[in-house]
Amino acid sequence: MKKTKLSLLLVLSLVLSMFLAACSGGKDNADGDKGKTGEDGKKDAAQELRINISTEPFSLHPGLANDSTSGGVIRQIYDGLTRIGKDGKPEMAAAEDVKTSDDLKTYTFKLRDAKWSNGDPVTAEDFVYAWQWAVDPANQSQYAYQLYYVKNGQAINEGNAKADTLGVKAIDDKTLEVTLENPTPYFLELTAFYTYSPVNSKVAKANKDWYKDAGDQYTSNGPFKMVSWEHSSKIVLEKNENYWDAANVKLTKISMDMINDGNTELNMFKNGELDWAGSPLGKLPIDVLPQLKSDGSLHTQPIAGVYWYKFNTEKPPLNNANIRKALAYAINRKAIVENVTLGGQIPAMAAVPPSMIEENEKGYFKDNDVAKAKEFLAAGLKDLGLSDASKLPTITLSYNTDEGHQKIAQAIQDMWKKELGINVKLENEEWKVYITKLHSGDYQIGRMGWLGDFNDPINFLELFRDKKGGNNDTNWENPKFKQLLTDSQTESDPAKRLQMLKDAEAIFIDEMPVAPIYFYTNSWVQNEKLKDVVVSGLGDVQFKWAHFE
Amino acid sequence: MVKYISKRLLYMIVSLLLIITATFFLMRIAPGNPFTSEKKLPPEIEASLNEHYGLDKPWYVQYGDYLGRIVQWDFGPSFKYESRTVNDLINDGFPVSLALGLEAILFAVAVGIVLGVIAALRHNKWQDYTAMIVAVFGISVPSFIMATFLQYLFAIKLGLFPVARWETFSHTVLPALALGATPMAFIARLTRSSMLEVLSNDYIKTAKAKGLSRGAMIMKHTIRNALLPVVSYMGPLAAGIITGSFIIEKIFGIPGLGSHFVLSISNRDYTVIMGVTVFYSILLLVSILLVDIAYGLIDPRIKLAGGKKGE
Repeated sequence: MKKTKLSLLLVLSLVLSMFLAACSGGKDNADGDKGKTGEDGKKDAAQELRINISTEPFSLHPGLANDSTSGGVIRQIYDGLTRIGKDGKPEMAAAEDVKTSDDLKTYTFKLRDAKWSNGDPVTAEDFVYAWQWAVDPANQSQYAYQLYYVKNGQAINEGNAKADTLGVKAIDDKTLEVTLENPTPYFLELTAFYTYSPVNSKVAKANKDWYKDAGDQYTSNGPFKMVSWEHSSKIVLEKNENYWDAANVKLTKISMDMINDGNTELNMFKNGELDWAGSPLGKLPIDVLPQLKSDGSLHTQPIAGVYWYKFNTEKPPLNNANIRKALAYAINRKAIVENVTLGGQIPAMAAVPPSMIEENEKGYFKDNDVAKAKEFLAAGLKDLGLSDASKLPTITLSYNTDEGHQKIAQAIQDMWKKELGINVKLENEEWKVYITKLHSGDYQIGRMGWLGDFNDPINFLELFRDKKGGNNDTNWENPKFKQLLTDSQTESDPAKRLQMLKDAEAIFIDEMPVAPIYFYTNSWVQNEKLKDVVVSGLGDVQFKWAHFE
Repeated sequence: MVKYISKRLLYMIVSLLLIITATFFLMRIAPGNPFTSEKKLPPEIEASLNEHYGLDKPWYVQYGDYLGRIVQWDFGPSFKYESRTVNDLINDGFPVSLALGLEAILFAVAVGIVLGVIAALRHNKWQDYTAMIVAVFGISVPSFIMATFLQYLFAIKLGLFPVARWETFSHTVLPALALGATPMAFIARLTRSSMLEVLSNDYIKTAKAKGLSRGAMIMKHTIRNALLPVVSYMGPLAAGIITGSFIIEKIFGIPGLGSHFVLSISNRDYTVIMGVTVFYSILLLVSILLVDIAYGLIDPRIKLAGGKKGE
């Protein structure tokens, strides 16, 4: 009997020590890993990049893609008329020159001599074909509306006009004439967007399924070409020797894994199996951010996106602007970004991210301005004929089920209770259930994020142009705001136009149909030998110029 | 036997129909659709998409169409992956999940039975305790913790295996261990307790009295009888493991069917939800049938037709 007890003890202590060893190993490991990634760089002077793109892309047809994963691949393998350069401004790409008509509605692009990855020449017809294809309702492109700026784009997509009436014409093989619906000051930003990419019309006309797999059929005109696509597993790109600017492309190969787990992604990076972990195409677990920050390996960059709380301006008491402002002013954004989100996010006291309007880093009001908030609350209560905040009914704050959103909501619930004495109830739902409720106006306060598609403040303001516009959700509308947006469309002086948009934003913030919380950032760790990866202000990544030292 | 199997097949078809019907309607009741996102589609585009996928038709037409397509084994296109059909997803994902599952089962059965038999034969001795402690750990540590732990220890600390992905045999070892740990522990405990039960039977004493060697007695009379509960556990286990585990596939980045099974629901990828559910159901129903048949082969006392009535 004694013997069995002894052996039991032995086994237990063995198991225990194994676990302890594993746990204590955690600390010294961090240092060991740094060495590892460092050494790894040398081996990688081979100019082969390994990244994670998290999931299978929706589609690698530029006309069908509508998500960041597909975009992340297409940006490397296609070249639009323009491309967003290292400085964040559009530069000439497949086109070498552009002329704009006096009424700002006609753009004439001169294409450079370029080839598809299979050697076919890139012609103006390839652009015409691709754009007509994308707006043709028969092709079910969910991003067709990106082409609504082009004349007749919307009419064609709604079935009211034929596809060949689209405002794009091949004057000759190398000249493309584009006619717009309205003057669009940011049109050269748009032509860098993937929906505006060309498609090899020769290949596409011969085989409608050309884009579904890698192979001879899949041709592209960008810095890289796709050589293999193992669905749900891995995509491999190689340098496109036919690219017009191939001399400036240094990477020979990019392999893109599809690992949908932040911890695994980071582990692979630490183990030297990846050169990059985190945004924009992957993700890092939130709880490791402080540690990565303190050891100096975390890269953080602001992007054009905002996290905000939408107010349903038709549900009392949120139909009162003073109450909305009281709620917005009372939020302590600094505390949230420093203690909850941890990714170096920027407190938002404006609607348009600082990457588009620089002054917005400061914003239109002071963060955590409790005194002002109390004034607004008093005014709001007076409007409503209530004596005291405790007389306000409980307000429901909704968010989609997610630990991160929940922590933010709890913090804000606490701030509103403490500073204003307003009772708030939290409610969470699965993502698609939540979105459906928000879009149908069945909420009081709801969290939402918004990311810009192209680098222009209009992205963030036009959401609220129309009360019933698809993404407004707040039921807010203001004639002056609307007029300013409409006028800005035809203003050809960029400075004046920007001022109009700023004026519109000021109206928006004064009425506060949403409470901005913070501007998004991208956070990642990378092989430090890797240089010249361009992450744009929109959070898009380009590897065209990337290389290992 | 033929009569029994054909009767069972009929039941299977009825169950399958019930499963399809329930899934179909639950799926449609859930708010949101495949095109719901924070960037709302212009209504005209959404309408044309609905028309293209037949989502604008009345529910009974959609339901009828769907049943018709299942009979032809055509589950339609995926909403979430434009270039893929549901059949593609199953054809690509299932072999991966199957390979991983078989590896995990092999590990679970081999190690589980050995541990269980040793524990029973060395009842209340240190071997027994060791085996059962291993089993308790296997059962009580959830697979995602096991996976992370294995990844950390064997990939990051020791560098024996890659962290994740699905390429060579060495990529498969850690996920198979993580996936097989719980069933292994379960099988060990099951084997041990039924071995103990069998060992206390009179016929074992008779066998001993007849002077049968210990080895022959264990192999012929004990293990064979003791494995019955393990066999019945194998059916659902096999179906569950072979269709893939969402968590293990996620953590190790394995392109199997399990992740589609779970993610299709949050994506409201209607066709994938239905296709994978139907596929999974068939697998489960068939494996249960196979287990019942296997019963009859292992234990001649069980008459298949009679056994059915008792259920």
